[in-house]
Amino acid sequence: MTTNVDPEKTAKDSPIEIHLAAGAADRGASQQASGAQPGATSSEPSLGPPIFRLQDMGVWYGKHHAVRGVTMDVPRNAITALIGPSGCGKSTALRCLNRMNDLIPGARVEGRVLFGDEDLLSSDVDPVDLRGRIGMVFQKPNPFPKSIKDNLEFGMKVNGIKPTAERVEQALVDAALWDEVKDRLKAEAFSLSGGQQQRLCIARAIAVEPEVILMDEPCSALDPIATLAIEDLMKNLAERYTLVVVTHNMQQAARISDQVAFMTVEGTAEGDRTGVLAEVGTARQIFSAPKDPRTEAYITGRVG
Amino acid sequence: MTPPDRPRARRSARGRFGEKAVLLALAAAATISVLVTVGIVVVLVEEGALFFTDVPITEFFTGTQWFPLEGKFGVLPLLNASIVIALIAAVVAVPLGLGSAIYLSEYAPERLRRVVKPVLEILAGMPTIVLGFFALDAVTPALQMVFPGLGLYNALAAGIVVGLLITPLISSLSEDAMRAVPNSMREGAFGLGATRRVVSLRVVVPAALSGIVASIVLAISRAIGETMAVTLAAGTIPNLSWNPLEGMQTITAYIVQVSKGEATRGSLQYDSIFAVGLLLFVVTLVINIIAVRIVRKYRTVYQ
Ligand SMILES: Nc1ncnc2c1ncn2[C@@H]1O[C@H](COP(=O)(O)OP(=O)(O)OP(=O)(O)O)[C@@H](O)[C@H]1O
Ligand SMILES: [Mg+2]
Repeated sequence: MTTNVDPEKTAKDSPIEIHLAAGAADRGASQQASGAQPGATSSEPSLGPPIFRLQDMGVWYGKHHAVRGVTMDVPRNAITALIGPSGCGKSTALRCLNRMNDLIPGARVEGRVLFGDEDLLSSDVDPVDLRGRIGMVFQKPNPFPKSIKDNLEFGMKVNGIKPTAERVEQALVDAALWDEVKDRLKAEAFSLSGGQQQRLCIARAIAVEPEVILMDEPCSALDPIATLAIEDLMKNLAERYTLVVVTHNMQQAARISDQVAFMTVEGTAEGDRTGVLAEVGTARQIFSAPKDPRTEAYITGRVG
Repeated sequence: MTPPDRPRARRSARGRFGEKAVLLALAAAATISVLVTVGIVVVLVEEGALFFTDVPITEFFTGTQWFPLEGKFGVLPLLNASIVIALIAAVVAVPLGLGSAIYLSEYAPERLRRVVKPVLEILAGMPTIVLGFFALDAVTPALQMVFPGLGLYNALAAGIVVGLLITPLISSLSEDAMRAVPNSMREGAFGLGATRRVVSLRVVVPAALSGIVASIVLAISRAIGETMAVTLAAGTIPNLSWNPLEGMQTITAYIVQVSKGEATRGSLQYDSIFAVGLLLFVVTLVINIIAVRIVRKYRTVYQ
C-alpha cells in the first residue's frame, strides 16, 4: 500500500527517497509550467537560461495525435528528466528535439521548438547538421558492429572532426570507460558487457562534441551498479552539456535531475489518446510539492 | 456439459499419432533427398571413373584442347569459358544487385518496395532459354554497334544475360541481409548526424556483409551452373581464350551438346560428360561451401 501524499509536505516526508541533484536547488528564478496546467505558475528557484523553448509542440503519427501542446523550456547545462506512464509520448517528444521523427514515415511534428533562436522544426534546418549538435543515446545499447575505436571515430568523421587518438581517449575518459578498454580499443564493441556498451554509446555521442545529449531510458537495460555508474556520468556531463533524459525510474529522476517534466495521457473527444505535459518544475518542487494531482498520483506510485 | 476427461484423452492420443505420422513423412522426405543426392554423386563418380581409365587425369586437367572426336580431352577450354562468363556475369550483377538491394532496403518507400521486389524475383524465375534468345536478338546486335565484327556467338553477351539472370538473386538475398540489420543501429548512426548515404554504406552494408558476400558467391555458383542461356549465346565451339568477344563453349554447353547428340552410350565421348559433370559439381560444391563458411565466420549475432 502506498500513501497519498499531501502536496504541501516537504521532501523529507515524501514517500520516495529523494536525493536532489547537487546544486539543483540553487539555480535561480522561475519557469512557467505547461499549457496543460493553466495557472500552474511557480515561484521555484530557476534553472538558468533555456537552450530549448518548446512552444505548443505536438506529434502526429498518421492520424494518431501522439503528443499535443507541449510548452516548456529546457535549461542549459542542466539535466531535465522526462517522466510519465508508458505510452504517454516521452520518447516521441524527446525525438522531436533532434528531428529523429523525420525518419518515421507518416510522422509529423507541429508547433515550435526554438533552439537558440531558430525553430529547429523549420524546413530550413538540416536535420543531419542538427543531429551532430544534439546527440542521442538510446534505451538499448546500439554500438556498430565495428571495433571500439571505430565506433568512436564514426561520428567524428561524419561531423568533420579529425579522429585523433587524443579525442578517442578523451571521449572514453568522459564516459568513464577508458580504464576498462584502453588495452583493447581494436576489440569488437559487441565483446563489451551491456553496461560498457551503453557507456560506449555515450562516449560515441560525446565524441561528436554536441551541445545537447538526449537519452531515452539509458539505464533500463542495465543492472543497478552500471546504472549508478551512468548516473554519475550524467551528473558530470551536465557541467558541460545539456541533458534531457527519459526515465521510468522515479528515484533516478530525483537523484540526477534539475528539472522534471511529467507527461501523461489524456483521452480526446475523437477517442484518441494523446500525450500531454501535465507539469514541469524543478526536481525539488515536483517531488515534494507537485501541483497536478496526476503528477502526485504517479510519483507516489498510485498510477503508472 | 461434456464429460471432461475422456474426449480430451482421446484427442491427445490422436494428436500423438498425427505427430508421429508427420515426423515419419518428414524423415522420409529428408532421407529421399539425401539418397537422391548420394545417388547422383555415385553415378557421376562411377561413370567419370570409367572415363578416367581411358584419359589420364593429368591430361584432362592440363590439356588445352577439347576435341572429343579427335580424342583430345583437355578440359581447360570448357572450364575457362565457364569462368569467363561467370566473371562477366558477376561484373554485371554485383553492382546492379547491390545497388537495387541498397535502394530497396534503405531508400525506397515501403509501398514501392512491395511492388518492386516481386517484380525483380519474377526476373529470377525467367526461363533461361528466353534469356538466350534475348542475348542473340538484342544484346549481341547492340554490342555489335560498339564492337563491329563481333560474332553472333560471344562470351560477352552470354555473360551479360547471365548477369541479368543472377541479379535478382543478389539483390533479393542482400536485401534480406540488410533488412535483418536492426533499426536501432541505423538510428544510432542517424543520431550522430550521419546522412542516409553514410548510414547505408558505412553502417548497414558492413553489418550485413556476410549475407551480401554469401549472396554474391551463391550467385556466381549459379552462373557457373547456368546452361541454356550460355549454350545459345556463347556457342558450342571450345575455345581457350580470355577474350570475351570470342565465342566459347562452357562445361554446361558441352554437356547439352553431347546429351542431345548421337554419342552412343559407353563411347568415350558419352563418358566425358560425366567427367565434366563431376568437375562442375565439385566446383559449385566448393563455392557453396565457401559461401556457408563466410556466413558462419562473419555472421554477427544481433541481440
Ligand atoms: N513509430 C510509431 N508509429 C506510430 N505510432 C507510434 C510510433 N512510435 C510511438 N507511437 C505511439 O505514440 C504513443 C507514444 O509512444 P512513445 O513511444 O513516445 O511513448 P513512451 O512514453 O516513450 O512510452 P515508454 O515509456 O513505454 O517508452 C504511443 O501511443 C505509441 O503507440
Ligand atoms: Mg519510450
